[in-house]
Amino acid sequence: MRFAFTDDQVALRDAVRDLLAKECPPEVVRAAWPEGPDDRGAEPGAGARSATDRSWVALADMGALGVAVPEAHGGLGLGELDWVLLAEETGYAGLPHPFVETSCVAAPLLAAAGDPGGDLPGLVDGSAVATATALGADLVPWGGDAEVVLSLLLDGEGPWTAHRVDATAAVPVASVDRARRLARLDVGGGTGLGSARDAAVAFDRGALGTAAQLVGLGRRMLDLTVAYVAERQQFGRPVGAQQAVKHHLADAAKDLHFAAPAVYGAAWSLAAGDAHGHRAVSTAKALASDAARRTGRAALQCHGAIGYTVEADLHLYLKRAEALARAWGDAAWHRDRVAWALGL
Amino acid sequence: MDLTWSDTEEAFRAEARAWLEEALAAWRERHGGRILSGDTAEGFAQHLDWERTLAEAGWAVVSWPAEHGGRDATRWQWLVFEEEYYRAGAPARITQNGIFLLAPTVFEFGTPEQQAHVLPRMARGDDLWCQGWSEPDAGSDLASLKSRARRDDERGGWVLDGQKTWTTRGAFCTHLFGLFRTDPDSERHRGLTYLMVPLDLEGITVRGFGRLDGDEGFAEVFLDDAFVPDDAIPGGVVLGGVGAGWSVAMATTSSERGLTLRSPGRFTATADRLVALCREQEARLGPDPRRRDRVVQGWMEAEAYRLQTLQTVTDDAEGRPAGAASSLVKLWWSELDVALHETAMDLLGPDAELEGAWSKGWQFSLSGPIYAGTNEIQRNIAAERVLGLPRK
Repeated sequence: MRFAFTDDQVALRDAVRDLLAKECPPEVVRAAWPEGPDDRGAEPGAGARSATDRSWVALADMGALGVAVPEAHGGLGLGELDWVLLAEETGYAGLPHPFVETSCVAAPLLAAAGDPGGDLPGLVDGSAVATATALGADLVPWGGDAEVVLSLLLDGEGPWTAHRVDATAAVPVASVDRARRLARLDVGGGTGLGSARDAAVAFDRGALGTAAQLVGLGRRMLDLTVAYVAERQQFGRPVGAQQAVKHHLADAAKDLHFAAPAVYGAAWSLAAGDAHGHRAVSTAKALASDAARRTGRAALQCHGAIGYTVEADLHLYLKRAEALARAWGDAAWHRDRVAWALGL
Repeated sequence: MDLTWSDTEEAFRAEARAWLEEALAAWRERHGGRILSGDTAEGFAQHLDWERTLAEAGWAVVSWPAEHGGRDATRWQWLVFEEEYYRAGAPARITQNGIFLLAPTVFEFGTPEQQAHVLPRMARGDDLWCQGWSEPDAGSDLASLKSRARRDDERGGWVLDGQKTWTTRGAFCTHLFGLFRTDPDSERHRGLTYLMVPLDLEGITVRGFGRLDGDEGFAEVFLDDAFVPDDAIPGGVVLGGVGAGWSVAMATTSSERGLTLRSPGRFTATADRLVALCREQEARLGPDPRRRDRVVQGWMEAEAYRLQTLQTVTDDAEGRPAGAASSLVKLWWSELDVALHETAMDLLGPDAELEGAWSKGWQFSLSGPIYAGTNEIQRNIAAERVLGLPRK
């Protein structure tokens, strides 16, 4: 029994953390918004897009995009325990790219299927992106930008199926988190890909990676808020000295403190092929979804009015967290799956 | 990361499971199948019989060194034992305040002579310890306590005055460990001393009183010129030095053994029983998705607690102690315990009002957010020491 990551896993996490701190500060997340509200240094339009692209290319350069791709296909050949921390960091950064969808879901699924379309080299080197949607959601993040679009469907009580769908008719739509670049498209048809088991694993990876991103987003919102309330003075002292503020943030810290081990435990379950993998992933996703949403509410409340502006950074992460809390099955969907696993 | 138990741990589990099953059945039979709460006078005697059964077979304090009555079990084996203990439905430990609160402090601060005397007697249930920290005017604000210990060199001991209260099982115990003000001019946490005191001394009056759950498990302890000789405990009654009481008392609050009171086994076993209760009620009354959702939420939170503990034990073993994060842990398990029991009460419907295991457990769960430092105090600690928010 050992519940800790290896030195190598932590080192890879630290490298990605440092890279994202440099390449994906809040200005880059803002720049990914099409209209780029950009009094903070980013240029709207094409320039802004390239600023966001740089963070993706930097991830590719260090091999992070191919983390779950076998070495034979040019990747690092690592597993869930290696990339779960990377997903958490991309959440922390609010990375405006489909890291989970490309690197944790599509790339290993395509590799398992023998890369029928020859897409893997592009996904690994960052010249292409993939996206994925599950459970019939036809609003697809980055749906108009991706070279590969996968749809994972659950037919009644199973089995899972994976399809590669045609995204040429994708219709871009305005969304709350503009950096998600949602597009509406038909996810029901397409070409089957991989076995039912491959598809089931792909779904669990998507839910797990998203749960990890939610933990990262929660931590980011908590960090932003702690910094703000330590500085902001009211009644002659920092608002962070007020007990009411402390209690909001302590509760957020508590929820994240327990969601994180659930996420890491689920990563182990998938990596080890544990019999309770689905249950572990659903527990992680439900707890992480709720923890991130509650942290967002606490963060906004403790920021006060400044938090309710687009000038403060908080909204970038708050909106992403709300989107991800419902992506890949919301908390209630996952509690249902846990209930089923418990024989209820 | 590897979340599987080793063969050694599984063997330990099998041994514990087999022994618990047999010993519990025998204990229940000895008492005619009528087991009372350990927080009543009559029930305490039954539970003391259980404690001695545990001790004789070497299961009372598995993680302690064998020389003090334990079996040198690793932390992982301790977690396994706790899982089996609660899974078997074994009773809450009436010796827990000694074993889980005093003992870690004796291990850390006691002299070899103190350790050799206090620990084996505690393990065997010869001495039964209660905690004398709270006072009528010092609950969460523990540093404001007023009970005094005055040095009497002539007689070789300490003279105690004051009052302790909310002392769990104080009326049934033989000894008290507590903090006393030894420097009358000192304020707050300075000038306090950690003393170990027999309760049968002249000048000590113990009065039991009822808790919210109807048991007599609380006591107030009046100290009126009570003289405690230095040799009441071989090695001395002072633990960790005169005037060092505060740091001695605080040093072990988030220690490894401090996990014991709230081992995940207690909550995962309750969560599993809740799932079973839900299944039974749904079989009788039909599906109830809203209640099922709450059952699942409780089960998941117990599971998260189990995983978090595995992480904490690993971190501690590898030199990354949890520190103030233990305040977050206290918030989690105490709120979880209330939620699990409230959900069970709702599943039971009108029957929840009857005296029974769930209603008893519900009443007890209500104390969790209050004892061991209220949850409001824990939130302040977490905000200041985990998040670094300003004190003022």
